[in-house]
Amino acid sequence: MSRWVTFWSILVKDMRAYYLKPPNISWGLIFPLAWTGMFFIKSGGGIEDLLALLPGVVAISVLFGTTSMLAVTVTFEKKNRSFERLLLAPISLELLMLAKTAGAILFGAANAFVPIAMAVFFTDLSRVAWGTVVPAIVLIAVSSTFLGLFIAVSVSEVFEAQTFSNFFRFPMIFLCGLFFPIEQLPAWLRPLSYALPLTYGVDLLQRGFGGVSQMPLAMDFGMLLVFCATLFLISLNNIKRRWIT
Amino acid sequence: MESATPVIEACNLAKNFDDITAVESVTFNVFEGELFGFLGPNGAGKTTTINMLTGLARPDAGTIRIAGIDCSKSPKAAQHLLGVVPDESNLYPELSGYDNLCFCGALYGLRKQERQTRALELLERFGLADAADRKFDGYSRGMKRKLTIAAGIIHNPRILFLDEPTTGIDVISARQIRQLIAGLNAGGTTIFLTTHYIEEAERLCNRIAFLVSGRLVRIDTVDNLMRQTDSRHVVRFTMTEEAEGLCKAISGAFPHLQCQTVSKEAIRLESHEPVRIGPLVRFIEEHGAEVSEARKLRPSLEDIFVSITGIAGTAMKQEQEKRKAGGGV
Repeated sequence: MSRWVTFWSILVKDMRAYYLKPPNISWGLIFPLAWTGMFFIKSGGGIEDLLALLPGVVAISVLFGTTSMLAVTVTFEKKNRSFERLLLAPISLELLMLAKTAGAILFGAANAFVPIAMAVFFTDLSRVAWGTVVPAIVLIAVSSTFLGLFIAVSVSEVFEAQTFSNFFRFPMIFLCGLFFPIEQLPAWLRPLSYALPLTYGVDLLQRGFGGVSQMPLAMDFGMLLVFCATLFLISLNNIKRRWIT
Repeated sequence: MESATPVIEACNLAKNFDDITAVESVTFNVFEGELFGFLGPNGAGKTTTINMLTGLARPDAGTIRIAGIDCSKSPKAAQHLLGVVPDESNLYPELSGYDNLCFCGALYGLRKQERQTRALELLERFGLADAADRKFDGYSRGMKRKLTIAAGIIHNPRILFLDEPTTGIDVISARQIRQLIAGLNAGGTTIFLTTHYIEEAERLCNRIAFLVSGRLVRIDTVDNLMRQTDSRHVVRFTMTEEAEGLCKAISGAFPHLQCQTVSKEAIRLESHEPVRIGPLVRFIEEHGAEVSEARKLRPSLEDIFVSITGIAGTAMKQEQEKRKAGGGV
């Protein structure tokens, strides 16, 4: 029971100290808003096209919301050595890192619902398969957060975390099937697309919002779960290897 | 307060960083209720040893037992018994003093009511009650140090590791912290203290270990260490101006005296026989220097440290102060 006290306290502390700060809340609102506007203008369509834009806006909002915050906060705490306090706490490293990433997962998932909440006023969402969309948002948030953790553990400076995050994020956006269908990509790039977690998340979101999906539902969920587990285990291993020397 | 039950047992601990040996075959026990001092210059391996004992680093060789629990393979097994105050005040800058303490209590599983009560009690005890709602970032260096110690004991640890607790802070805060450390030890907490201030270790500790270049060169009680100095006689002469070559001249004329230049205007003489001041004053003045002060000194633990390690205690202290001033606390 006491370890859940620790888990909950780390989550609440991070939410208060980082995620619920006014600049981050405004980032969480403005960023999805800007993406929606950008996609909408680019599409050149009318309000009826809004539903088709949602998978892209939701996926990008979650990706940026999670990776930006987690990579920076963990690197910052490592730099000022307050992260040592967490490593000294009598709970397992696995639970500790789940607590540390839970805030980013919640923040990322909340970001996803900003464009959805806005869309409610402009389009009919009654045909949306929420049973697919909500788990997809959660899994994109988890896999993106663990990607952020992987980045945080790989660098030692905050600016490196930001640069390294972009190294993953921008190729992911362009290769995951959001802007160009994967089958229209050059043949040599396609395998790379299938090696990205966002590809499967976007496919799920497209299916959930009534669009066309490329892969079977089980494969999308399965691959996202595999990415979550792999990124988390690699990050834990890196923490043990690099930070508990 | 001490008993013969070892609560920390380190056996043949070794740690290398690439081709640098940080700690080499270090073996010692710390007993229940003891205030154990771990002294050594920068780079001696003190922090690396603490990191291994607390689970922040993995030993390359050797075994660690904390309160009988084998921590060599599972470093987290005894962390609930430990409080750690690192050499830098590493609390959360964006949280208030009170919130920092409550959070640290929660890390050790204290329930809400318990950690809130304990946080208020510690803020009062450490003289920080008025600053409880201020952000840690706005605290002075001394206040930060005190709050970091309070955070280290919020869960009433059985063993407290204090890494350089008074380095880089003002005299009054340092004095208050020493009183707090003595109080904690009097209350039954076993304390493992590393410090560059030899006089601090002499004043506070029951036993002291000297660590040099990763090796333990001496471990003994302060009383036993001080007994070595009983047969020594030390006199310090201060001159009104610089006396170049004086030590060499004195060593030639008085072969039984060991002379050491303390500063441009001061020398220190040591002998196993009583030192007669009159002839020395005349000798110095014949060499063109005027003696402004001659003082017999009680040999200190610093003298023992210097004789064991060959490192001047003042040099060690200055080096550490410089490091802290550069890096900030």
